[in-house]
Amino acid sequence: MSLLGRLTLAAFQHNLITMGGVATMIGGVIAVVVIITYFHRWTWLWTEWLTTTDHKKIGVMYLVVAFVMLLRGIGDAVMLRAQQVLVGSGQGFLSADQFQQVFSAHGTIMIFFVAMGLMFGLLNLIVPLQIGSRDVAFPFLNSMSFWLYVAGVILINLSLIVGDFAATGWLAYPPLSELAYSPGVGVDYWIWSLQIAGIGSLVSGINFLVTILKERCEGMTLMNMPIFIWSVLGSMALVITAFPILTVTLTLLALDRTLGMHFFTAGGGGSAMMYINLIWAWGHPEVYILILPAFGIFSEIVATFSKKRLFGYASMVWAIIAITFLSFTVWLHHFFTMGGGADVNAFFGIMTAVIAVPTGVKVFNWLFTMYRGRISLTTPMYWFLGFVVTFTIGGMTGVLMAVPPIDFQVHNSLFLVAHFHNMIIGGVVFGYFCGFTYWFPKFTGFKLNERLGRYAFWCWLVGFLLAFVPLYILGIMGATRRLDSYDPSMGWQSLFIVAGVGVLVILAGVGFQVLQIAVSIYLRKQNLDTTGDPWDGRTLEWSTSSPPPFYNFAVLPNVDERDPFWEAKQAGTAHEKPVYEDIHMPKNTAIGIYIAAAFFCISFGMVWHMFWLSVLALLAVILLVILRMSDDDTGMIIPAAEVERIESARIHKTQS
Amino acid sequence: MSEHTLLRQEHSDSTAVFGFWVYLMTDCVLFAALFAVYAVLRTGTFGGPGGSEIFNLPNILVETFLLLTSSYTCGLAMLAAHKGRRNEVVAWFGATFVLGFSFLALELSEFHQLLLDGNGPDRSAFLSSYFTLVGTHGLHITIGLLWMLVLMSQVLKRGLKPMTLNRLALLSLFWHFLDLIWIFIFTIVYLMGAK
Repeated sequence: MSLLGRLTLAAFQHNLITMGGVATMIGGVIAVVVIITYFHRWTWLWTEWLTTTDHKKIGVMYLVVAFVMLLRGIGDAVMLRAQQVLVGSGQGFLSADQFQQVFSAHGTIMIFFVAMGLMFGLLNLIVPLQIGSRDVAFPFLNSMSFWLYVAGVILINLSLIVGDFAATGWLAYPPLSELAYSPGVGVDYWIWSLQIAGIGSLVSGINFLVTILKERCEGMTLMNMPIFIWSVLGSMALVITAFPILTVTLTLLALDRTLGMHFFTAGGGGSAMMYINLIWAWGHPEVYILILPAFGIFSEIVATFSKKRLFGYASMVWAIIAITFLSFTVWLHHFFTMGGGADVNAFFGIMTAVIAVPTGVKVFNWLFTMYRGRISLTTPMYWFLGFVVTFTIGGMTGVLMAVPPIDFQVHNSLFLVAHFHNMIIGGVVFGYFCGFTYWFPKFTGFKLNERLGRYAFWCWLVGFLLAFVPLYILGIMGATRRLDSYDPSMGWQSLFIVAGVGVLVILAGVGFQVLQIAVSIYLRKQNLDTTGDPWDGRTLEWSTSSPPPFYNFAVLPNVDERDPFWEAKQAGTAHEKPVYEDIHMPKNTAIGIYIAAAFFCISFGMVWHMFWLSVLALLAVILLVILRMSDDDTGMIIPAAEVERIESARIHKTQS
Repeated sequence: MSEHTLLRQEHSDSTAVFGFWVYLMTDCVLFAALFAVYAVLRTGTFGGPGGSEIFNLPNILVETFLLLTSSYTCGLAMLAAHKGRRNEVVAWFGATFVLGFSFLALELSEFHQLLLDGNGPDRSAFLSSYFTLVGTHGLHITIGLLWMLVLMSQVLKRGLKPMTLNRLALLSLFWHFLDLIWIFIFTIVYLMGAK
């Protein structure tokens, strides 16, 4: 076998459209490299950011990568919609194979590298601050998880340049994704980029679960935790129970493809339906992994901007716990058409309707929180209100599809596509944008421009409705998902045109967001947050400065309330000068980056059958882990005097 | 060390142990998925041999006793570790290593024989799931043995420092966990499959 496995020059030959994507990507990377080199920022970047174990910096890096991936995912969406508009009059510009690769990449990137990235970014930024901790439980693992996520991002984008991507949809159902029907490297790219990113997510899940359970400050009992923390706890409990199933499923598919095994093959006694059960036993909890933190964010901002305690705290907690458990009892509703029989379908149909109940409880709790509150309509509130409308519509179409006979009619149709975008955009994405806007001043020290934020919101809301309401209608008319062409006589083109316009409006919304960030950075002096508490907040993250010092709190808080900072402000004890002590913090380390780089090489070797590379990289991983395990000196002490100096400089700055 | 540092060390040790427990639970889910896959594909022999034709039960019984005994010696090693007896720790972990290694060697020879007979993992869905489930356990054992070597070199070089002690505690958790998984493999794969 050759040293390069199945990698040949042909892997670099692409048609014009792919070349455009390649040129954009390589151009972007070169531009970043040139800018960093020009400003001599490499050392700074390496020591201050890339090797950091500070959860706030890791959070910012997650957000940056996720936003770049959002641009790629939206680019894919625009191509899909353009194809479906143009093909209605016979002018499609994508081949069937290309179209399939684009929708597979769109789904994979949006879920794994945008939504998960935004989520872990916000978690990193906020969780330790809200529980009054100095860092996550395992700072080194946190850095490693982030870099594994980046390795996955690089691998999936590399598929555009070297070889091709899976043409099998975002969940790569067998037998289509088996070697017999997808002999190229596309599915392998899909498997391995998800595998390394997924391991990163699993480790992060353990990390945040332990952080929440072990690192809370004095007096923060479980029932004193902010609801955001509760929602993250539920979400992380799902990560650690669901992601191992994903790891297994991907491994089995890889074994089928690489070693000729027969887990999911059509022959050899394999069972393709088992794959579909396994992937959704992960996949449905994954939906709640993403949405629960969004629910938590809304709970925080509704209370803050209504100047009221959250209505029904205990019912909110129980709703989260109920959703966490129930999310493991509904996976089969993704394939009622499997033929499991009436009793199986009835069970999963009923459970699906049941899980909507705790979700409904939450919506009413938010509305009651606003009732008689002193509401200030800031941008986060716009995202929240938009969410209530869109998410309720999406929830209702979901319950509709929970009825198996109805699902048989709309299964795999555009109705389904409209439904889950309704939940993911109207729920998850709006939620994370809301949280991003709300907490932006906390980690940068200045607020985002409100006017441009509102423009972005309106574009997203209107664009979303324009893009997806037509898909509901088309789905009922019989249009299935993933159509690269359809007969013009179907009369679908006009609705596809409306949907296409909708995507362009969303694109304008993204444009306003980019502009908003740029303008806010440029005019930051006008929006400085010198107090650390720009929104008159209620929870602990607002009690420290913006941005917080690297140790978060000079003195760890001691709380006995649910909204401790709010109560302290009411009592006038929020800004008393404390007695400082030595602080212990983790040192920076580059081993996380090296391990992720080695995992990248393992995966690249597996994709292209360069097994020598995989073996060497695996040895490197083992050596790096041993190296880290033998290092007893991973922390550093900041003396009390130094803390006092930093703190008084900060207080001085606030008062001037 | 100041009282403050000691308290912090204690807290971070207990956090690490708790975190490791959570990790073990994720591993438990991973094995649960593999067991489920095995249960589904157990009958998918596709003209090839079934469990009763290929399992060598006496061999498996020896493997089981080797692994159970290694858990016992691992427990003795930890008792010695908490009493600060370094040489005993090394001796008992040495015994654990030998037992674990013998287990692995037996398992690999069993796999080797199956491959020679043309009953490799690509023969049928049943054999794919058998090799993957048992092999994943074997892979964990391999990692455990490697980990044991690294920690023994730390114990020999630096003695039983609190940090090393904590790492030994994690290793012993891991080792006992693998024992537990093996009990399930022994029962579900071999005993139930040999009928």
